[in-house]
Amino acid sequence: MVMPEFSIASAEIFLAIAAMALLMFGVYKKKDAFVPVSWLAVISLVVALILVLMGEGGSQVTFSNIFIVDSFAVFMKVLALGASAIAIIMCMDFNLREKMDRFEFPVLIVIATLGMMVMISASDLMSLYLGIELMSLSLYVTAAFRRDSTRATEAGLKYFVLGALSSGMLLYGCSLIYGFTGTTSFAGIANAVTGSEAGLGLLVGIVFLIAGLAFKVSAVPFHMWTPDVYEGVPTPVTAFFAAAPKIAGMALFIRAFIMPFGELVDQWQQIIVFVSIASMGLGAFAAINQKNIKRLMAYSSIGHIGYALVGLAAGTEAGVSGVLVYLTIYLVMNLGTFAIILSMRHKDGMVEDISELAGLGKNHPLMAFALMMFMFSLAGIPPLAGFFGKFYVFVAAIDAGLYPLAIIGLLTSVVGAFYYIRIVKIMYFDEAKEAFEPITKPLRVIMIVATIFTVFFVAYPTPLTEEAGAAASILFQ
Amino acid sequence: MLDWNILSYVTFLPLVGALLILVTGGKEEVAARNAKHVALWTTLATFAFSLLIWIGFDNSQAGFQFVEKTEWLGGGINYHMGVDGISMLFIILTTFLMPLCILASWNAITTRVREYMIAFLFMETLMIGVFCALDMVLFYLFFEAGLIPMFLIIGIWGGANRVYASFKFFLYTLIGSVLMLVAMITMYNIAGTTDIPTLMQTEFDSNLQLWLWLAFFASFAVKVPMWPVHTWLPDAHVQAPTAGSVILAGVLLKMGGYGLLRFSLPMFPEASEYFTPLVFALSVIAIIYTSLVALVQKDMKKLIAYSSVAHMGFITIGIFTFSQQGLEGSILQMISHGIVSGALFLCVGVVYDRLHTREISRYGGLVHNMPKYAVIFMFFTMATIGLPGTSGFVGEFLILVGAYQVSTWTAALATTGVILGAATVFGYTGVWFSVSSRRKTSKRCSMSIKEKSRFSCLSFSLPSG
Repeated sequence: MVMPEFSIASAEIFLAIAAMALLMFGVYKKKDAFVPVSWLAVISLVVALILVLMGEGGSQVTFSNIFIVDSFAVFMKVLALGASAIAIIMCMDFNLREKMDRFEFPVLIVIATLGMMVMISASDLMSLYLGIELMSLSLYVTAAFRRDSTRATEAGLKYFVLGALSSGMLLYGCSLIYGFTGTTSFAGIANAVTGSEAGLGLLVGIVFLIAGLAFKVSAVPFHMWTPDVYEGVPTPVTAFFAAAPKIAGMALFIRAFIMPFGELVDQWQQIIVFVSIASMGLGAFAAINQKNIKRLMAYSSIGHIGYALVGLAAGTEAGVSGVLVYLTIYLVMNLGTFAIILSMRHKDGMVEDISELAGLGKNHPLMAFALMMFMFSLAGIPPLAGFFGKFYVFVAAIDAGLYPLAIIGLLTSVVGAFYYIRIVKIMYFDEAKEAFEPITKPLRVIMIVATIFTVFFVAYPTPLTEEAGAAASILFQ
Repeated sequence: MLDWNILSYVTFLPLVGALLILVTGGKEEVAARNAKHVALWTTLATFAFSLLIWIGFDNSQAGFQFVEKTEWLGGGINYHMGVDGISMLFIILTTFLMPLCILASWNAITTRVREYMIAFLFMETLMIGVFCALDMVLFYLFFEAGLIPMFLIIGIWGGANRVYASFKFFLYTLIGSVLMLVAMITMYNIAGTTDIPTLMQTEFDSNLQLWLWLAFFASFAVKVPMWPVHTWLPDAHVQAPTAGSVILAGVLLKMGGYGLLRFSLPMFPEASEYFTPLVFALSVIAIIYTSLVALVQKDMKKLIAYSSVAHMGFITIGIFTFSQQGLEGSILQMISHGIVSGALFLCVGVVYDRLHTREISRYGGLVHNMPKYAVIFMFFTMATIGLPGTSGFVGEFLILVGAYQVSTWTAALATTGVILGAATVFGYTGVWFSVSSRRKTSKRCSMSIKEKSRFSCLSFSLPSG
């Protein structure tokens, strides 16, 4: 028997051991375990990040070819690990205040992140499913973490039921693909479909696969859970849901389509185009009337996944590279925005109404400025970072001849701009209301760093675009 | 020729001023006073620097000068700046109007002065950038980013109906621009670069040209603005603070005309010729229709706004005559309109600060109380209707000469607009010179030194045509 090469997956193995150790530590510490476990979790994530970066270049596979590490995986893992670490930092103050300070919380995030890393590195339908389930099950629990809140429990249950359904669809799709190609490995599937038209059975399999993945990234028409879950779960959990799982989901989406079905791009392109247009449209129009900022961010995230899918729809190297740039920028803007949403707190508790932001420009100039930058950036107004994200995916889409997609996408971005600038209007044009409590230090740091990135990306964009380009090119070799 | 990167200095100097205001804190009053001074001196310095461009500019040379080129986004998208004879004029216009705007806001703006000055300085950087950019993406960046400060200027410091006006302005302009972005990306994919001089040499398929032209036109028509997409302008003008109106009328509208000159004409010559009747028709409708609408306006700013639309109609006619006279006339008319309409908005600002109304009839008999002011105002209204001897005349005359050679009907119909414009303005000055019906105006003092100096500055530039 040949031993598998463990060192390739060193980051994942480390994280798995760290998660178990943290669990032990929490159990034996008994009292006040939340804060130390949280910090240790952050440290473990950072160590895992370093291990990911230290990995050798090129494309390596292990565990009977079901696990792949390449520059694409490294890029996505860095994003996912960073987002998770920041999410834990953002949670801490909130959880202490709201009596959610149980040590299982950071551990669950670490385990979910482990699931994401497996997803990102999946090169086989088995490891794909394994990663998705590991992540999803941890997320279901985090969603319902506040046991005594009906809203959170309802959201958790909804998420679980719909998530289980989508996993079922995904699995069904996988089994169809296996049945019609005779293999579960991406490389094997790619060999099986080369040059030939996809048969009906395989196509049905692909459709189910898309359905399952669309659910995970909350793309229309599998988005229904998103607004309810985002609104229902505690805010730091929303912040986490909006960031890292989306990254992992999109990574899987890209790899599962480009690697095995790259040759069949004509067959699945129209489905992605539809999903993308529907997501952008729904994200733009449904958000207009929202009063709750978390719900608004939910619709906004649906719209943004639509934009990210524009790049995938192109099915080209430039498209994938555009998606990567888009996701990175979106991640930063989103974390920054949630840092501010987490600071929407009066003396008597958190508020989530958009109208509560009135007068923020007077009461908290820095916070208001940061949020304004995020909003304009999410709307895709230059010279902010969000514009470049959109620019690259649309360059790819137009290059692939997808004019209707590009034009509809950009027009929906105008509709989207309406609700983003409505927030600016509320902050700056409306009469001041009661001021929020001052923003806590960690959130402040996150907010400022995200603002600096958003504003100054224009001055020095090449490091990100080059890394993304290198990561994308490896999928097309 | 100057060998240092003067264009970048001129472009980003206002931004440095804005940062300076941003980092200096202190008590509110002190900070406000400091902000005003920093803004004024920054804009004056920028003006001085921009004059250096003018001095250093070599008229005998064709093509772009003071060129700067640095790697930026990669893949054929560079930071590429440069000016030619046309863009230089617009840069000077911008830098010239900015100190006046700051002065006009000196006492009129009392809340959030720091933010106001930052917004204006940021705006100046973007406006200069638009005229310097020799790369499409860079151009788009400056062009679009201007929405942010202008949205805030109208929305925060504007009049009663400011929210509606700011949203309308923002969304109208954005919807035009995203179509332009699609066209830009298409051109990028074909030519492999977004370099404007290179793209001017690139010949696009004539069928494709039509689509590209339409997409660019969508953006510039909103910006100019042309009938029927002009409706954002009256709202934005009326609600914006005085200085905001000056910048809108003086520079932002010119970006549309500049865009047509820089992109539509040289890059899509066949399409431009194909669509000339459309442009002429829209322009003539704009001239006649908005002049008529202007006749019945009771609000002074709205009147100027509508007459601006009519003037911009002349400019688009001039651009699409493709003749020497027409083009020169349009450029002259743009510069002249920038100064004259700016001056008119400043005039309105002067009396608005005193009476807080813009209703024309409320100012009956103003000449008896503010004789000097009335004369200045009269002077600029004459310029706006293109009386011989003022800069407005030269531009309009050249445009009409150019238009006659191409299409007699267009020229004839456009000329009626001149008459209608005159009727409007005379109806309105008539009120001023009538016997005062209200005592209220008489109590008001005459113009302050600051206001006087502001106008004397502007008057100098008038007969230059």
